[in-house]
Amino acid sequence: MESPNTPYTLAIVNLSNQELLRYSRHTMLPQFGIKAQEKLKNARVLVLGAGGLGSPAALFLASAGVGTIVLADGDTVELSNLQRQVLHGESDISRAKVDSAADSLRAINSDIQVETINARLDGEALSTAAASADVVVDCSDNFATRFAVNAACVASRTPLVSAAAIRGEGQITVFDSRDAASPCYRCLYAEAEAGQENCSTQGVLAPLVGVMGSLQALEAVKILSGNAAAVGRLLLFDAWNTQWREIRLSRDPACPVCAPPTP
Amino acid sequence: MSNSQPIEVLFFASLCEQTGRDSATLDASLAATVADVWQQLCPTLDMPVNTLMAVNQINAKADSAVAGGDEVAFFPPVTGG
Repeated sequence: MESPNTPYTLAIVNLSNQELLRYSRHTMLPQFGIKAQEKLKNARVLVLGAGGLGSPAALFLASAGVGTIVLADGDTVELSNLQRQVLHGESDISRAKVDSAADSLRAINSDIQVETINARLDGEALSTAAASADVVVDCSDNFATRFAVNAACVASRTPLVSAAAIRGEGQITVFDSRDAASPCYRCLYAEAEAGQENCSTQGVLAPLVGVMGSLQALEAVKILSGNAAAVGRLLLFDAWNTQWREIRLSRDPACPVCAPPTP
Repeated sequence: MSNSQPIEVLFFASLCEQTGRDSATLDASLAATVADVWQQLCPTLDMPVNTLMAVNQINAKADSAVAGGDEVAFFPPVTGG
């Protein structure tokens, strides 16, 4: 008799019987199978921000079976976060967001590793964290962080799933520096002119961040499982009119971040 | 594209509120670039910093050329998370 935790076929499958059952709705998908689930188990994803976008993104990455999730956020939970940041509850107010988030993720899936960084990552720490990740999910709330994350991902050729949401509008795209044709975030937005708007001054519709953050987890899971992601396509969502638009992105040959240096 | 056709212009999400409309058409003889399109339709409103622009669903810049029959779209920048 095999115990419930005995690996199913030791030589081939790196998932326990419990994991095979847990992820059975993944592994029965023809685009997925057991191999893709194993890739998720062996993957390391850096989630920047444990707020509106980071909540659904991290929750779905955890439930989907991403083996190691690294969460970085320097904020503490406030009452005004609870309208949309579903990683956190009332009893978490004043706690570090990464601590509250880690508890929520471990409650959903105790098989995965959750690492926390109680800080807004920048500089060398950001570069190191991005380089050691298989995918970076940018759930930050400001241009400065987004530009820094982008530069770190371009330098380390780490795929970057980038989304944003404010008011009733959201956008998402994937930048993949492993692909020579992929644009980067800096191809899209001009750093020097960056304005500053955030949800605390502009407001944001609660389920909108659920839509956009869930899409980030979806794109990350597709990258990790070897499926095609939305590279070179910026999807824009108007929540009030329930309307999607899409624009094709191309690399800016003069981009100061991703264009090769001219001799 | 023939210049006899107008330029079709779209404003997305909060830009609809800022410009007071979600779409417009513009005589193609009045605009050579994306920036001209904005200036013609919104003469009293500066284009918000980092507004995203597209011509025929392809990412464009303010100095990108436009012609009759093109669809020009403006999208607000989004940074929140």
